[in-house]
Parts: sequence; structure tokens; C-alpha cells
Amino acid sequence: MPSLCLYFQVHQPIRLRRYTFFDIGKSSEYADQASNRSILKRVSGKCYLPAASLLHRLIRSHHGKFRLAFSLSGTVLDQLEQSAPEVIHAFQRLARTGCVEFLNETYYHSLACVYSPDEFAAQVQQHRERIHKLFGQYATTFRNTELIYRDALVREVANLGYRVILAEGAAPVLRRRSPDKVYRPSGCPGLRVPTRNCRFSDDIAFRFTGRNSHSSPLTAGLFAERLQRASRKAQVINLFMDFETFGEHQWAETGIMNFLRDLPAAVLALPGFCFQTPAEAAAAYPATATLKVPRFTSWADTERDLSAWLGNTMQRDAAKSLYEMEPAIRAASNPDLLHIWRLLQTSDHFYYMCTKHWSDGDVHKYFNPFPSPYDAYITYMNVLADLHSRIQLKAGRRDGTVSHGIRHYRRPKAVPPDEQD
Amino acid sequence: MRVLMFGWEFPPHISGGLGTACQEITRALTRRKVQVTFVVPKAPPAPRQSPVHLVSAADVPAGDTGYATESFLQRLDIRPVASLLRPYLTVPEYRQMTECSTAAGIAPQSRHGGVFSSPSTYSPDLLAEVARYSNVAEILSAKEHFDVIHAHDWMTFLAGIRAKRVSGRPLVVHIHSLECDRSGAGGNPDIVHIEKLGMEAADHVIAVSHYTRQQILERYGIAPEKVTVIHNAVSRRRARAEYRVERNPDEKIVLFLGRITFQKGPDYFVEAASRVLARMPDARFVMAGVGDMLPRMIERVAELRLGHRFHFTGFLKGQDVERMYAMSDLYVMPSVSEPFGISPLEAMAYDVPVIVSRHAGVSEVIRHALKVDFWNVDEIADKILSVLQHPALSAELLRNSRQELRTICWNVAAGRILDVYRRITRP
Repeated sequence: MPSLCLYFQVHQPIRLRRYTFFDIGKSSEYADQASNRSILKRVSGKCYLPAASLLHRLIRSHHGKFRLAFSLSGTVLDQLEQSAPEVIHAFQRLARTGCVEFLNETYYHSLACVYSPDEFAAQVQQHRERIHKLFGQYATTFRNTELIYRDALVREVANLGYRVILAEGAAPVLRRRSPDKVYRPSGCPGLRVPTRNCRFSDDIAFRFTGRNSHSSPLTAGLFAERLQRASRKAQVINLFMDFETFGEHQWAETGIMNFLRDLPAAVLALPGFCFQTPAEAAAAYPATATLKVPRFTSWADTERDLSAWLGNTMQRDAAKSLYEMEPAIRAASNPDLLHIWRLLQTSDHFYYMCTKHWSDGDVHKYFNPFPSPYDAYITYMNVLADLHSRIQLKAGRRDGTVSHGIRHYRRPKAVPPDEQD
Repeated sequence: MRVLMFGWEFPPHISGGLGTACQEITRALTRRKVQVTFVVPKAPPAPRQSPVHLVSAADVPAGDTGYATESFLQRLDIRPVASLLRPYLTVPEYRQMTECSTAAGIAPQSRHGGVFSSPSTYSPDLLAEVARYSNVAEILSAKEHFDVIHAHDWMTFLAGIRAKRVSGRPLVVHIHSLECDRSGAGGNPDIVHIEKLGMEAADHVIAVSHYTRQQILERYGIAPEKVTVIHNAVSRRRARAEYRVERNPDEKIVLFLGRITFQKGPDYFVEAASRVLARMPDARFVMAGVGDMLPRMIERVAELRLGHRFHFTGFLKGQDVERMYAMSDLYVMPSVSEPFGISPLEAMAYDVPVIVSRHAGVSEVIRHALKVDFWNVDEIADKILSVLQHPALSAELLRNSRQELRTICWNVAAGRILDVYRRITRP
């Protein structure tokens, strides 16, 4: 009896404003408040609110048979709390149905797992507490930023107490195995790894309106037929995608909301099909094999690796510069600076610097608030320089010296920011 | 296909992109088996040289004018015409020039050899000289056999029109820049008039960018279906490695190279330099080229007390240009009005990252450059500082622009020009 496992990701970064070299030392306002708020309002109105309330109706009408999972990043929760608390209430309503599992991830939707195990653990812990506080659940399932995964990471996740970790169901993870089975990770036989069924997930997330303008959009009935044909040997079919698929990436005009409305009934009408959350599905089936994944994998681009965030020299330079500040940030023991440093860890900042495929004007460009990857990098490095000088200033106040030593440049005079005009 | 082309002398004899474009287009066309008769104004040597020398210089066969080494000579027939015309010449500059010539007792020399005899002496003003130059078209086009006439920029348009009238062959005018680009406001109304005449008489107009095409449609009222955009390109440098000067890692050089005129925005470069130097006192700025704004720029640099870090090279040619590119860490083109602007592509070919005005035509074809609004001096300075400070940024720009340059080649441009020829010669 195959189960269908739905997990939707909810995330919005805190985007940076165009911060120039001349702002360094003069302004510590890094975020583009107006654009962050307007994007959040738009996505809330087009997707979060209507889709969450639709899901709530579906859960109630199917009496516990329709179940699913969400993961909400800390950065989106912070923004929702400020600008659209009604969305949080909608998710709390979903939590109260008992049919929704809330997963854990890094609070800042970060790449901390690549650079700093301590920071990674701290952010997971922070997210764990926040989710518990909002939705009353301590998660047992972990999903890392953009489904970034490898064997060494599983061990860290296991040490943090999780039983299930999600991964991308692509060749680097599965080799030739089916994504529709439950696996155990290498080195941690007690854990379970559900893997994303790329084909079916992307049928909804990317190919919903068809490959060209002539083909008609997908219907729930057609999709259920496809599922049934593929289900003979399946244990669990994992459909993992961005929640923004419903109404934002695919506009309501495409019929995506009707698809979502009809999906549970169409699936439950198939003989032997049921819905399960990741934790339930992992507990329901024995592991069929062990996955060996020595290198980082993810769900991004065709490469399914880290190249969307750390593929070019600018991205690696920015990330290294950021994580090199970790000891100084910890030494400063200032909660505000720590929070800002962590906000700069959000993977989106690195994604905007991606030059891969940029010339073709593809998905990277669609999401990029900057006119080019180079502008994204320039802004980011200016912000880092300012943050660095603020840390130095804090440190300097303690030992009586002031330093503006930012890597490659020398300022003529070291004037503390508040003394400048 | 045979083309009668009214073009401009090839580098290194002239400055600016027009000569380069003529050379590369001609080379690429002949490679595609097009027969080109290339008519070019040939100025006498500078006035300070002795008249005796002058005579022999004017007699040099075509081969000595810089074309001899070209392998495409079989299909290229060059017809130098004695004339004082050169690209980007303005009415006052021309007047000054002819006054000097007369003072030095120079009469135009035009005899046998490659130099075409023109019927009269140089005219006292630029517009009259342009008209005089067009007389040769009439004589030439009566003798030559060709299928298409191709004229580059306004000074050759009257010649193109005359050639069309005499021969009945279709005319293509190629707009590399417009009077409004060169002079800011309205420009010289006579020149604008000639531009308009040329485009109206033409069977087809080639614009070097969408930016320029837009101006052609809006300001000159030319029918949209008659105007095709064909972007310029850049050729891979043969001798690049030779000029790979070791760049000094401790001293970064930021280069402006071009005519120092209103159109190129040199003043924005100076202002940005002053802001950069306030933050990064060990940077160096170089302004290479000449133009009517040069004296004002020198004064401004002095006024800002940047002299010890800001250098003027004057007019550079040939190897010096190449060496200058090779020495630079960053090329900046803050043009106010730039129909195309080949020089950023050349800088990229020398492995120099570039900052270009968002409004330059070249911005339409390059993605891997930093783009700025020319009036936003802070933005220019911010980007200069970022490139100088972060090696990762210039490395990434270069890595991607090398790849990008491969797709921007003259062969493609020539192919599209040939398409235009075919379209308008079709019976």
C-alpha cells in the first residue's frame, strides 16, 4: 500500500538593499525593508493565506486521511510575525488538526553545515525551539537548506536527536535506485532517508502548465493516474516542493489551486493509497538499502550539488569571508551583531551571486533582486565590511583601540561611524 | 556580391572605433567572398613635415597605408581619396586644421599611385569638404562595377547618395554614431540634415545598437522596417601574450581610454576617481586620449589635488594602446551617449574587467560587465572600489567574459550585413 508524502517548504530571505561602499561606517541598515515587506504581503495574499486555508478545509473534509508536512524557515517566521501575523495563525490552525508535521531546519536557511558544525547545531536548536513554541511540536524529521545532504551531515543530525532526514531523489544520492523506497543512511542505520520523487514533484512545481503553451495544465485526475502507474513497486512517493508553487510561482489563473483542491480525493480514490507525513512514512516501512553519499548533494539546478550557492569564486569568497568572522562574532557576544551575521548566512544571498546559466535568464534571474550577480556580490561584501568594522569597534572599545582593518583597503582616517557626518 | 564601400582608414592610423569597425567588417566580408572596393579619405601628413616629404608620402601606393599585411587583399581594392576628412571631426576643428594647412603652404597632393585624383582643392569648411568628397563618388561609381553601396557615418553619406544616383544601385548607410551622440544637445543642424538625407535615401539602414535604432526612429522618423540592428564585435588578439605586462598587485590601475569629449563622460570618471582615492589612496587612474574636454579635465584633476595619482597619457596608438590595456586592472567607460563603444570589448580581450555605462549600445551584447548609470558617480566609485578590493570579483568577471567574447565575433556581424545586402539586391 503506497503512501503519498507531501512536504511544502516556506521560506523568504531578508533581502539586502543596494548598500554601497560609501554606506560603510555610516549606515547599518542593510535590509531592503520596503521590498521585503511588499514581497511578503504579495506572497501571503496570493499563496500562504489562500493555500493554507484550502489545506485546512481539505484536512477537515477528509477526516484525518489527508496529511502533510511543512517546514518554515526562521527568516520567514520573523517576517510574518512582523508584517503578516495572520499567516502564522493560519499555520497554527493547521497544526491543531493533528494532521500536519512541522519539520526542523536551520533557522536562517543557511549553509552553516558546509562551514561550521557549531553554528549549524546552534541554528537547528534555535529553529527547534521556535517551532515548538509556535506549533507545539518537537520535530523528529530534519530537512536541511535546499535538501543539502551528505553522510557526514547525517551523523551531526543524528547527534541532534533526529530520526528522519530528507534528501533529493536524484542520481548522486540514489545512483540507480528508486526514490519511492525508504532508505537508511550510511553510518547511521537507525535513521531513515525519504528521497524526493523529482519527476512527480517537478510535474507540479515546474511543469504544471505544460512544457509549452499548447499543452493544457495538469489535472488531479491525470496526476493520480500517473501515480498509480508508477506505484506498483513503490513504498512511499515523496512530493517535496516550495509552498509558493501554489499561487505564487504558478499563479492561481493556471488552475493550480483547483489541482490542490482535487488532489487528496483523487489520490485517496486510488486503491491502497494513503497520505503520510515524513515521520509516519519512515516508521511505516522497513529500510530497503543503505545510501552512501560522500559528497554534498541538493535539490538545486541540474547539477544537484552546491554549485548554485558556492560554484564560483565570488560565492566562495563571500561565504568564506562570512564564516571567517565567526570567532570575532562570538567574542563580541552581542546578540544584535550575532543576529545580523546569521541573517547574512541565508543561502539566497549566495544564490543571487550565481553566474551559472545567468546569461540564459533562467530561474536564477527570476528570483534575483539584483540586476546582476556582480551587483549582489558587491553589495554583500560592502555589508560584510561594515559588519566587520562594527565588530572591531565593539572589540576596540573593550581593549581601548579602534581598528577599521577591512581586508584590502586602507581608510585614510579611522573615524568611528558615529563621529562621521 | 560586389560592394562599393565608403569607409574610414584602418587602425592604427586613426583613433576610435569607426576605423576598427570598417577594417573588421571588410575583412569578414571578403572572407565570405564579397568583393569590396573601399573608398577612404587619405589625409596628407601633418603640417610640420616638409613639403618634399609630403609629396612622396602622398604618392605611397595603397600597400603602404597599413593594409599591405592584410591577407584579404585579393578581394579588397582600396581607393584612397585625398581629403582632410577623418572620423569624429567637428566643424570648428576642421576650420582650425585647414587654417594650419594653408599657413604651412600645403596644397593637396593627389597624383598616381593609389591616391585618387580629386577635382578640386580642399574646401574651407567641413561641410563643403564633405560635399567635395562626394564628387569622387560620382566619378568612381561611373567606372566601377558593384551591386551595393555601403556608407559609414554621415561624412560619407553624400558620397553614398551620389553613387546611388549615378549607378542606380541600392544604398546601405551604417550608423555608428549620430550627431546628437557626439555633441550633446541638438548638434549641428546641417549635419543632422545630412544624416537624415542619407537615411532617407538609403534602401536600408544598419544601426550598431537598439539604442541607436531607437534614436533613428524617433529623431529621424525613419521607417522601422528599414532599420536593422547589427552589433559590433571584437577580434581575438593575436599578440595578446606579448603585451602581458606584469600587473603590480600593490598598485591598481584604472583606465579611461577614448576621446575626451562630452560623449564619453570623462568628467564622471574624474569625479569617481576622487571618491575612490579618498578611500583607497594607493589606486592609480589613467586617462588616455585627446579631445576638447582634455584641458578642463586636467584643471579639474589639479583642483581636486589628484595629480599624483591621476595621469594623462595623451593620444595613444598601436602598441601603446595594447600595452595600456594590458597594464590596467579595470577599464571604465562612463559614456553619456554611446551608440556602441567597441573599447570595452577590446579591454575584455586583454583580460581587463570593465565597467560600462548601462546606456551604451555595447551593454546590449555584454552581460559579464559591471553596469552603471553614468551620472551616478557614487555607483561608479563603489564598483571601482569593489573590483580593486575583491580579486574574486574580477576573476569571476574575466572567467565569464572570456566565454562571452567567443560569441561576439565579426564573422557573425558580417553574415548579417550580407543578409541585408541580399535582401535589398533581390530583384
